[in-house]
Amino acid sequence: MTTTLVTRCLLGAALALAACAGSARTDRPTLTPVPPPPPSSPESGEARPPSPKMPSAEGIDVLLCDGKTQVNVPQGTPGTSIAGALMTEWLRKNPNSSWEAEERERHTLQPAADNTAIVGQVSGHSYGKITQQDVALWKSETERVATAGSRVFHNGDELGSTIGVSCDMCHPHAANTHPETYPKFQAQLGRVALLRDMINWCIEHPVRGKALSADDPRMRAMEAYILAQRKGKVLEYGKH
Amino acid sequence: MPPRSARCCLSSGARKEKGEAMSDIKKRPSVKSIETKHMEERAELFRALKSLDRRSFVKVAAAAFGAAAATGVTPHSFQPVRVAYGQGAPAGAKREGFHFAYISDSHLYDRTVNDRFVNALMRAVDDINSMDPQPDFVFYGGDLAQLGQPKELELGAQILKNVKAPMHFMVGEHDWYLDMGEKWRELFGKPMYSFDHKGAHCVVLNSVVEKDFWTARKMSPMDRMKTVAGLDNGWQSSFTVGDEGRKWLDEDLKKVPATTPLIVFSHSPLYKLYKPWNFWTDDAEQVQAILKRFQNVVVFHGHTHQLLTNRIGNIHFHGFLSTAWPWPYAPQGLPEMTIQMGRPDPFDPQDGCGDGSAMIHPDGLADKVYNLWNRNPVTISRTYMTSRGAGEKPANPNLKSY
Repeated sequence: MTTTLVTRCLLGAALALAACAGSARTDRPTLTPVPPPPPSSPESGEARPPSPKMPSAEGIDVLLCDGKTQVNVPQGTPGTSIAGALMTEWLRKNPNSSWEAEERERHTLQPAADNTAIVGQVSGHSYGKITQQDVALWKSETERVATAGSRVFHNGDELGSTIGVSCDMCHPHAANTHPETYPKFQAQLGRVALLRDMINWCIEHPVRGKALSADDPRMRAMEAYILAQRKGKVLEYGKH
Repeated sequence: MPPRSARCCLSSGARKEKGEAMSDIKKRPSVKSIETKHMEERAELFRALKSLDRRSFVKVAAAAFGAAAATGVTPHSFQPVRVAYGQGAPAGAKREGFHFAYISDSHLYDRTVNDRFVNALMRAVDDINSMDPQPDFVFYGGDLAQLGQPKELELGAQILKNVKAPMHFMVGEHDWYLDMGEKWRELFGKPMYSFDHKGAHCVVLNSVVEKDFWTARKMSPMDRMKTVAGLDNGWQSSFTVGDEGRKWLDEDLKKVPATTPLIVFSHSPLYKLYKPWNFWTDDAEQVQAILKRFQNVVVFHGHTHQLLTNRIGNIHFHGFLSTAWPWPYAPQGLPEMTIQMGRPDPFDPQDGCGDGSAMIHPDGLADKVYNLWNRNPVTISRTYMTSRGAGEKPANPNLKSY
């Protein structure tokens, strides 16, 4: 007898998170600041993935939590092998899943500050004792936001340009963005502008796109990237 | 004349009251249109030239040039051009100076995608066509297209057909890496060639040869193109003239005597400025070695979209402006001779862009004019170059880049 088994999180939280949080969409990966969609559980009344295909004669069809990726394995296959097969299938369908590594390689991201000097220190009840793992996580998560920003910065489509213009066309490596001078009185606007105001001005004018809201993940990420690229510059707000 | 008609409009009472003001009006010079001024200046210059011996001729020429540079007369004006032809030609030599104009780095998308870059190129064509006298030829410095697509290159070729003077074309990386130059060659011919003009030898190089980075990454032609099109994209290789190109150059120059003025065109600067943006030619030293035996060499290059000046031994380097957008200055490696252009204002859409021209003197050295749109033009004179920045230094920008 063949059975169809719809895996929700049966394959373990690690696999589900890897697939959902990493990059769920091929063309436009989820930006880091957005929390991954919570894995749906059978109890939650939300929409179910499309119902699995008819049981195949040979084995079991296993469906990943994305509701789309499916593999067929013989009965009795160990769970780790099923997980491996599902992951391989998912990677095949999502060739840009390693976009973060590629983005960093392409556009020479400045590293975030290294906090290894405070490993072992006790920081009150908020952190307990700071571990090597803590500082590694802080660094990698911070850099992920900047990396997501680099991707938007270098991609006119991601930015919403109607004329094929991206930020890097005038600002390679975010040069000449001088975020360290904001906020400042922007003479051409007749008011004080924040960095994000200038990002939006550029999006609306040279880029000919639609301004982003201040909490848009793309805006947050781009601010992170632009600031990251000016690492080491003296903060001189108001400077012309 | 406007002052007279203004007077007619006043009533007699008002005339009395305004008596003082009117005498001011009388004192003012009459208002002349730009065209009238232009024609008068032109007539005056040619009158002066006719009645001069050679020595005074040179003086007038220099003065006219200086005045033009100081008042920011656009290169449409005639002063800096013809007058210099009489200077410095050795007796018996057939050499004469000449004047060419340039347009570069237009980065065209198809008209339906982006009309701004198209309009900018048309502005440059208008600029050049209104030059008086017309340049001997117009040089296109590369990156006509943004993504090397046939439509983009064809559009550029079509717009540039409106240029009245003869044209020479050079290839840039944006023209090349979609189909490895197939369409470009079909439209414009060989990417490397040379020609002689009024005693000078002119060489056009393809300096955007990159070693294969795409096969190993299994890139599609468009992926390859987009990677090269990203100035700060670290996946691409460095520009080179390459073994084949250098061999061709060596061959081409064999028959040219060292005293012949040599003009070289390359898309990338033929020296090493800043590698991460390919403001760089990886085999620059080898190319420079080939050019070393010549007395005077001037290299004109595109790619950098800014005022950029360098001198290495006998070789003078001048950049071209872009019609599409200005690049920031590289964070390091800027040549000492460079007078930066002032910080472009993003609120002024074509600020920092433009076209320009160059006067090649009979000795082979160049006065290079950057015709910055919306600003005064800047001239980098041969005196500035030969004196290593001591003479005829252009004004420093009031706002440097950050």
